[in-house]
Amino acid sequence: MAMKFEKKGEGHYMLDVTGYVCPHPQIYTKKALEKLQTGDILEVVFDNPSSSESISAMCDSNGNEIVDRKMDGGKFVFTIKKA
Amino acid sequence: METVPKKNRTWALVIVGFFVLVSVISFGFHEYYVYLQAYLWFGFIYGMCLQYGRFCFASAFRDLFAVGVPRMVVGIMIATVLFGFTSAFVNATGWSTFHAAPTSIHATIAGILFGIGMVFAGGCASGSLYKTGEGNGVSLLVILSISVTQATFVDVGGWFNKLVPEPWRLSAMQKGLPESINVTDGWIDQYLAGYVWNQPVLRFAEMFGMKTDTVMGAFVGNLFIGVVIPALILLLWVYLVWVKKNHVRKIEKQGRTVTFRDHLEGFWGMIVSSKRTAIAGLFLGIACGLQMFVIEGLRMKFGVKNAGTLLERLGFTYGLSAKGTVFDPGYWYVTTQEAQWVGWTMQKIFGWNFMDNIFFGWVNGIPNPAFNPADWMSVALIGGAAVMALLHNEFKFKKPTKELAIWAIIGGFFMGIGSRLALGCNVGAFFVRTAQGDPSGWLFGLGMIGGAYIGVKFFNWWTERKMAKEMAGLEFEL
Repeated sequence: MAMKFEKKGEGHYMLDVTGYVCPHPQIYTKKALEKLQTGDILEVVFDNPSSSESISAMCDSNGNEIVDRKMDGGKFVFTIKKA
Repeated sequence: METVPKKNRTWALVIVGFFVLVSVISFGFHEYYVYLQAYLWFGFIYGMCLQYGRFCFASAFRDLFAVGVPRMVVGIMIATVLFGFTSAFVNATGWSTFHAAPTSIHATIAGILFGIGMVFAGGCASGSLYKTGEGNGVSLLVILSISVTQATFVDVGGWFNKLVPEPWRLSAMQKGLPESINVTDGWIDQYLAGYVWNQPVLRFAEMFGMKTDTVMGAFVGNLFIGVVIPALILLLWVYLVWVKKNHVRKIEKQGRTVTFRDHLEGFWGMIVSSKRTAIAGLFLGIACGLQMFVIEGLRMKFGVKNAGTLLERLGFTYGLSAKGTVFDPGYWYVTTQEAQWVGWTMQKIFGWNFMDNIFFGWVNGIPNPAFNPADWMSVALIGGAAVMALLHNEFKFKKPTKELAIWAIIGGFFMGIGSRLALGCNVGAFFVRTAQGDPSGWLFGLGMIGGAYIGVKFFNWWTERKMAKEMAGLEFEL
């Protein structure tokens, strides 16, 4: 499946990198966050477990808040609020 | 906490049951199989640790350069120092199974190729194994690519012989290798016998006038000077370049002036930032040292120096090297056994002669993978990772997409070439060697860092291009 980036609503975006392995999910997340405005929401959908650690650490160091984390059957959905 | 489905628990039990069954049945055949079982269960532990800690050497400098995340560098350094500590005990007692590698610039060049490959592939050699255990098809493809590349690369001759410098050819001819090896036919043969074997083999203890198998040499020379100090320097560099800025920003937000104590806290915060990775590093380090003890103990018990003798006693003589040996490192290793199973398959099924090169014919052999100790370790590593992934509900079969399949094959190719030039991968050429106070490990590591940097630069360009396409219809400034 190819990478998808969509606008879901005002200030609310979705990045789907399901099927991708490292380093794609974390690099795409970083690049997507760089384009957003402060307060915008980015939902990242991925299924590469090790990317969960990298995305969490990246958000922590950049001050972006992961407001929700879901994980079901190997699929992760992180909702990130841009700082 | 998420509930683990019953199906996952059942599968985890099936995998563990399979390895227990293999152990029990093989022991029923002969007690020598304990030797292979030791490899198997250490492999299983490695797999569990790697999956739990998402422990991938590829992500260490890649994530640092790409997204500024230091967790994996920290985890690897914790594991290396702890492995160094347990190894120092083993070395001081004279029970070590480790042989230092020749030290020269070849390790760095190989490291660069390997580093580029692991970024492209999305995982290092060991990382690809554990991710295969998570059901990842891309990682399986990476393993196939590494395996085939290595087996082919060590046997390539013909036109490639023209690329061999004359001094290498002459030097290789003087090494007195048996005729069956045909040393002047094969690029890698002449590279090994004509160049690599001429390089100095040393460890930090010896560089400082100490003997490795003494307490002083093992703990001060190899561990403190060869592992702890370089690891601290590396971590300090990571803190100063990547972590300090954000840490200082957080403190200044509180309206305080940054003190030295704050930096110490920041440094410690970096060390413990990923509990999972740190815990995995801790267990990996201890298990790696313990494996050396166990394997050497079994060698003493059975009165052998190499598993080839045990296989011969069991009646398996096919694929033993000209010296009667097989690949039997006595510690964690990844790539050589991957090359071996391809070598065995191609020779056995397609009749390609793989025993006329140094790598297989003189040193490692190509035993049947079903009786290859190191293959038992790798298969069990995948199993251990699968069990851990199942128990954390992270197991998922993933078919590779065309794009990722191409990256996997290219990355595996680079890693295969790099690991044969360095005589090992991120585990054998870096992790094990650095922990044993072998300077060639650090030379390979420097190359890996450089390779990761090049790989990340490329991927930044690649992803930027794809993001631009995806965002083209939105209101972003591109």
